[in-house]
Amino acid sequence: MSTASTDKTLAHLADFHDEAPLVKGNLSFHDITEIVSSHTEKKTPFAWYGAFSLALAGLMLLVGMIAYLFWNGTGVWGLNNPVGWGYAIVNFVFWVGIGHAGTLISAILFLFRQQWRTAINRSAEAMTIFAVICALVFPTIHVGRVWAIYWTLPLPNQMNMWPQFKSPLLWDVFAVSTYFTVSLVFWYIGLVPDLASMRDRAKGKLRKLVLGVASMGWTGANRHWRNYEKAYLLLAALATPLVLSVHSVVSFDFAVSIVPGWHTTIFPPYFVAGAIFSGFAMVVTLLVIARKIYGVENIITVDHLEKMNIIILLTGTMVGFAYITEFFIAWYSGVQYEQYAFVNRMFGPYAWAYWTMMSCNLFFPQFFWFKKLRRNITFMFIISIFVNIGMWFERFVITVTSLHRDYLPSSWDYYTPTVVDVLTFVGTFGLFFTLFLLFLRFMPMVAVAEVKGVMPEADPHFYDHEGDGHGAEHTVQPSTQQ
Amino acid sequence: MLNQLARDVKASMSIYDAGEDQVYGLLAEFAHPGELLHAAEAVHEAGFRHFDTHSPFPIHGMDKAMGLGNSLVGWITLGGGITGLSLATLMQWWMGAVDYPINISGKPFFAIEPSIPIMFELTVLLASLATAAGMFALNGLPRPYNPLFYSKNFARVTDDAFFLHIAASDHKFDRDKTAQMLQELGASNVETIHDHGEEDQD
Repeated sequence: MSTASTDKTLAHLADFHDEAPLVKGNLSFHDITEIVSSHTEKKTPFAWYGAFSLALAGLMLLVGMIAYLFWNGTGVWGLNNPVGWGYAIVNFVFWVGIGHAGTLISAILFLFRQQWRTAINRSAEAMTIFAVICALVFPTIHVGRVWAIYWTLPLPNQMNMWPQFKSPLLWDVFAVSTYFTVSLVFWYIGLVPDLASMRDRAKGKLRKLVLGVASMGWTGANRHWRNYEKAYLLLAALATPLVLSVHSVVSFDFAVSIVPGWHTTIFPPYFVAGAIFSGFAMVVTLLVIARKIYGVENIITVDHLEKMNIIILLTGTMVGFAYITEFFIAWYSGVQYEQYAFVNRMFGPYAWAYWTMMSCNLFFPQFFWFKKLRRNITFMFIISIFVNIGMWFERFVITVTSLHRDYLPSSWDYYTPTVVDVLTFVGTFGLFFTLFLLFLRFMPMVAVAEVKGVMPEADPHFYDHEGDGHGAEHTVQPSTQQ
Repeated sequence: MLNQLARDVKASMSIYDAGEDQVYGLLAEFAHPGELLHAAEAVHEAGFRHFDTHSPFPIHGMDKAMGLGNSLVGWITLGGGITGLSLATLMQWWMGAVDYPINISGKPFFAIEPSIPIMFELTVLLASLATAAGMFALNGLPRPYNPLFYSKNFARVTDDAFFLHIAASDHKFDRDKTAQMLQELGASNVETIHDHGEEDQD
């Protein structure tokens, strides 16, 4: 090999080791397969049953509340004039927002070649899919006549009617269902090589059969990887504008109306930033627990969590900036209804909700400026919970404070949710955790093939110096090189 | 000629016909991605075309080493995207302006602006579905049966092992000479793979 290219390769290797290794603890390829796959193979731990029963109870609660709602109608909720949109829309926006972090991690960070994403993308994508399922529950049950929900789809019917394509609510149907489908496809494609890993380790006949079917006969052939990587890149490129569009379309539900406090052009970017903010908080909440219980701390390291906290800090500050911009625009517009809506948010009957939102979303994440705090597991867990609460309140504030005092003071009212409202929301957490626990139990929670692919040992040029004295140490103890 | 074309298409999916005595090909194991890359390069230079490397993760530079061009998936994505866009435009125009026109605040029955969200969503939806379906189709997946699965050793391909497989259908294939070449390239374990597919069916 010529000197010039040797220098280049050495520089290349140096690049690799400048950053802290993505995988810690000196793990080999086999160790990673073992750590991740073995969780799906061993006997179900007792703690899982405990958690699962709790989640299942929540799911049953949701089913019960929905049955009660269907039997009695939407009157069981706290909705009335002028607040015709309450918990259902708040929860819908909340859950869709949670989902956005998964797509950001899997698609946008992929396009930006952020290799640390490989440790967390699988679980974050799973979270996306489950969160979107929870979100889809609400508009479906909110229509009142739930048996007519198929009217939102352009299906030929005996009434010779078609959906009204000028309505943002219909755009939502297309946006969220497309988002769900694309996320599911993206997730499955990422899963195929890992399911093949599990198939090749499987002991029982049934397990072999199921995994064999699910992994489609994957053999890791390079002719396959070639198409696979291209497809993955294209899906990431398609999912990126998609994820930005979904929450933009959700925000159109509000922004296209003429309600003061809703009719603003800042809504699409502000909703997207908020969605990513809340989603990352949820990823941190879930992974802080899961990585501990599943013993994958060397794969999902503190460095990964720190990077997520930086994104929380960034997006939280963006959201806070948007809150303040809204105020400025309300004042600058000179429209008294607009101005009143914002003063009412801050000092009106819902001031408590407003200040909860402000402190959880703008104030608390600012602690992440300090490196010590954003690397502290307990601290980041607490902050992530605050952010989850804060972002739920953001949607509450937007929806309820704008509606409860509309143009006509005689119809002003104070909206209070009923027990059914609250329990339905609690129930969706049951649905979410039921699905998430099933995922943790039966699926590889880390994208094994992708993690291996970003290890220095995966680079064919890593081995170029064997025999000349340079490479020996790399080959023996690769991960200890910093 | 048509048979030859079918063989070439199948070979691009890593599916090969068995040769004499049901010999499917030779499977050689290499120690690490670097060795595999060099071996693939050498095998391609020696004139082999019906061969493939198998690894737990995609190896950077392998397409070039094997002499493979760009993947065709992109064209399928483009086709899906164009279909989605046209479908969404036609659907909204026909349903809104032709078949079921309803006057809402005097807005036009069809206009581009309010149609954009659904045009965008269906473009992305069909492009993504086409990408996924196209990727599996170009790979010849699902393929539940593969003679390589007869090799006990091959189960480690999705874990930490790196293999090069030369198919018996390659016109340069010679069981002894090819095996020797693989050994010279540094393969640690060269085994002959037999295609027992039809026997197993009986």
